[in-house]
Order: sequence, then structure tokens, then C-alpha cells
Amino acid sequence: MITSSSVRIKKEWDIVGARQMGRKLAKDLGFGTIDQARIATAISELARNIYLYAEEGKVEYEIIEEMNKKGLRIVASDKGPGIEDLSKVMEDGYSTSGGLGAGLPGVKRLMDFFDIISDPGKGTTISTIKWVR
Amino acid sequence: MKTEKIDVSNYRDLLQKYIMAQDERSLYQAEQFSKYSIQHNISPEEIINVHIQALKELYPELPAEIDASMNFLLETMISYGLAYQEFRSLQEKQGALESEISIAANVQQNLLSTTKPNVIGLDIGAISVPSHQMNGDYYHFVTDESNNLGIAVADVIGKGIPAALAMSMIKYSMDSFPDTMRSPSVILEHLNRVVGRNIADSSMFITMFYGLYNDDTGALQYSSAGHEPGFYYCAEKDTFFEMKTQGLVLGVTCQADYEQHGITMVEGDIAIFLTDGVTECRIGDRFIEKEEVLEVIREYMHLPAQEAVCSVYRHFERLQDFHLRDDFTLIFLKK
Repeated sequence: MITSSSVRIKKEWDIVGARQMGRKLAKDLGFGTIDQARIATAISELARNIYLYAEEGKVEYEIIEEMNKKGLRIVASDKGPGIEDLSKVMEDGYSTSGGLGAGLPGVKRLMDFFDIISDPGKGTTISTIKWVR
Repeated sequence: MKTEKIDVSNYRDLLQKYIMAQDERSLYQAEQFSKYSIQHNISPEEIINVHIQALKELYPELPAEIDASMNFLLETMISYGLAYQEFRSLQEKQGALESEISIAANVQQNLLSTTKPNVIGLDIGAISVPSHQMNGDYYHFVTDESNNLGIAVADVIGKGIPAALAMSMIKYSMDSFPDTMRSPSVILEHLNRVVGRNIADSSMFITMFYGLYNDDTGALQYSSAGHEPGFYYCAEKDTFFEMKTQGLVLGVTCQADYEQHGITMVEGDIAIFLTDGVTECRIGDRFIEKEEVLEVIREYMHLPAQEAVCSVYRHFERLQDFHLRDDFTLIFLKK
């Protein structure tokens, strides 16, 4: 069975909704407490980026099955300004130095798969997957 | 401590022991556990997770409120865990960078190496020690078939890697000057143009003292581009004087003139070339006085030149608690 759902991000409180949805799906899928917390933190970071830099966007969730493993795919997308220098934002210490949060490298660490496509002026799409251990 | 790995049963036993006895021994083991976790890159949230699991196994009847509160704690630790991992990865990067710099420093040393020439009737000693990995000081000897010895001592203001790069440029332009070009003032004029043309960075300046010694006549001519004046020890009068001469720092303007002075060296005289790492040596909070520098030089100058410069260096090194604040370069020419 493949289920998918999505949460729109526009207000700051939508971040909470996005976390909640992610955590619920993660829990149902059999993720442990610690991975649930990691998934929620990653979603927070992605949704917060949308809220801060793109104003509007969405977080989509999809339960995926592959061979004999199950996972949760989370895709955050927006039509915001995009990211000019991707390698810069993917560098450790770039976003965290000002205490802004985990940044995209943090999201990459929290999840098992991470991919980002960003077109300056058009928007950003970040896809991540966490597998149930 | 038997915790070879971080697992719940191990931690549970330890926790149980502690809860029963509340003894220092268990706490010591907890400390070991914590160190082990750091060594193995285990994030704080994972330790809390293990704690929660252990607690639940020990107390299956754990009140729901406590359980919830533990999850709450776990949540607060996630970002710390990330910051910790990031710190570790930055630390690794720093290590890689440091080893790259040390390789660069070796390359620099090879590029800038100069051999101390054998000049009959002249005892030469030279030492140059960087305060950090890359040396911003530089000295170079040039000899020709007319028994001339050129001595250049330079200091790049603005240290580190950029300074080292600039130094290589200076060396190679000096090497490319024709043998007929010997006069210190002319050499500095040329170098000034080279630096002015090639270094756009206005925050980087190079000072240089250039001396030309002729072995047949004993004449020493010298010019300076804003460099720390050298000292001259006159054996007959048993006094030192500064080899002062006017000239702009290299690279400030493309056209600069450099004064040139001369002296004839006689038996027992010593010409001393140095950088401000010697004269601006700091003892505690104060800079050393010029007289103190000369006292130290006087103390060791009777030694063979190489031994003398090394002794002076060791003296200042000890004075500064073996921690140089600036690159240190000292050259003795003993007649």
C-alpha cells in the first residue's frame, strides 16, 4: 500500500503541523522514538526554510517500500528565490555559525537520503528518505 | 569498565547498580561510559535513548508522565547531537587543512632555500625561524665571479600563506637579475617595481635590507626598503651603530629611489642583518629595548658566526617562553 499526504507551509505554526504529520507517519511505520525525533527535526528544518525564505511551499510525505525495507520519503518544495550557491549552504558551519539551526547539512545527517534541486528565481525541492531500521 | 559497546543491557546493569547503591564506583563507570561514547562518536540523544530503554526495562511500571518527560528530553537533545556531529566533521576538516599547510610549508622551505656561501675571510652565520608554520621572513645569498656577496633580508607584513607566496616571487625575480646588476639601490628599485606590479593587495608590504660585500676591498654597501636597520659592530671603537638608510617599503609606489651607504669592513668587524622579530621581541607585555638586543648580541658575538646567531636565537626563544610572536631572522657577517 502506498500512502501519501502533504502539509502546506505558510505560517510559522504550519511547521508544527508538518512535524506532527511526519511523526505520526513515522510512528505508524514502526520508527523508534529516536528516529521519530530525528524525522521531526528534519521536517522542522525544511519547513522552517520554506517559511523563512520562500514564504510558501509544502511538505509531502510518502511511505515507500523497497525490497524488504520500509521508509518514509519527505519532499519539501517551494517556488521561492532558490539557492544561488548550493555547495556553500551544504557546507558544515555555514548556517549554524549564527545559531540558526541544523541547516541543510543537519537534515542530511538526520536522514538516510538527501537530494536537493534548486533553480535561482524558480524554487527549491529537497527530497529525503529515512529507512526503518 | 566492561562496556565494550554501548548497548542497553550493559547500561541497564550499570544504572541498576547505581540506583541500588548510589556509589561513586558506578558514577566513575558512568564517566568511562561517557568518554567511550565520545570516542565512538555517539550523539547525546542516543545516550538518552539508551537511558529511556534501560529505564523501561528496569521499571516496566514507569509512570506515563516520566516516560513522556524522557521523550521530551530526547527531543531537546537532537539539535545538540547535530551540532556535535558537525563539530566533529569540522574538526576533521581542520586536521586535513593543517596537514596541507604543513606540506605547503615544506614546499616553501625548498623553494626558498639558499645556501650559505663560503667566502674566504668572512664568517657567515644565518638563522630564520618562523613563528607559525609559514615563514614571512626570508634571506638570500647571491655570489658572483667578482668576489661579490649579496645578502638580502626581507619581511612580508601580513603573515602566513599569502606572505609565503609573495616571498617566492621575490626570490625568483632576484635570481633572474643579471650578474652585472649588483648595486643594492638598483636591486631594490627593480624589486619595488616587481612587487608593485604583481601584488594588488594593498594590505601586503614587503620590507627588505640588501647588502653587497666585496671580498677584495672589504667594502659593504647597503640599501633598505623600509626594513629594520641592521647593526654594525666596529671592532676598533668597540661600539655598535645602526646601518640606517632611507627607502620606501617595496610595492607602495612603482617608482621609488633607495639611498645607498657604504662602509669598509676591517678585521673584527661584524655586520648584522635582522628582521623586527629580533628587535621587537616581547618579554611579557613590553618590547625589548634596542640596548638589550645589543647586549645579547655582544654576549655571543665572539663565537663562530653560525654558533653565535643560534645562541642569540636560543636566548630570545627562552626569554619569550619558547613561543615566538614573530618570525625571527638574524645574519652575522664576521670579518
